[in-house]
Amino acid sequence: MNTVVVRIPTPLRSYTKGADEVHATGATVAEVMSALGAMHQGLLERVLDAEGEPRQFVNIYLGARNVRALQGMSTPVGEGDVISIIPAVAGGAT
Amino acid sequence: MAAALRLPESLRDTVHAFARHGYPHETCGLLLGTRDGGENRVTLVRQARNVNSARARDRYEVDPNDFLAADREARAAGLDIVGIWHSHPDHPARPSETDRASAWPEWSYVIISLQRDGVRELRSWRLNGADFEEEVIRA
Repeated sequence: MNTVVVRIPTPLRSYTKGADEVHATGATVAEVMSALGAMHQGLLERVLDAEGEPRQFVNIYLGARNVRALQGMSTPVGEGDVISIIPAVAGGAT
Repeated sequence: MAAALRLPESLRDTVHAFARHGYPHETCGLLLGTRDGGENRVTLVRQARNVNSARARDRYEVDPNDFLAADREARAAGLDIVGIWHSHPDHPARPSETDRASAWPEWSYVIISLQRDGVRELRSWRLNGADFEEEVIRA
């Protein structure tokens, strides 16, 4: 089990009592996110779908890499790694 | 405090320049600053790549790598990402249904309406529940 820093974007800080980052432990991205969800009720539902995968409008980065380009939620994490929850920012004129 | 955006004149000019340079395509980026009660105070403006190249005239999607870079820059400077800006070429500076459906709470959404000969209007919006409300912009 490794302790990881999870960076929380502004729109989701209502779930973390305003904290901009949270420490959580696990061996994979999925385990860390599960631990995060256990600490902060409601947060996980905004980030992951029913299958435990990142929602369409959310990206999860491990360091500088999108986990979709790694081993997805099964990607192993190391001690002191940084996971960033990145809301997809989109829209348009029409 | 009612929702408000503090956007200094020089940063407004920067956003206008980004939008004009990108016309007729949509341009987008991040607003970095601080949050004080209901007021989002912008101190830095960054442009992001629009990864929706297929519909660049009427859609935008901020490159998540650019979001991550802006987030790192903000944290290093003791700032937050406090909002998003994007342009509406040849459309009003009001959120579309596409904008509303994709929006996140807490952030200011600045929209720049422009035509070929220049910027028409810049307005800012914030989610209140499921709907956008316009917020006051102070310099």
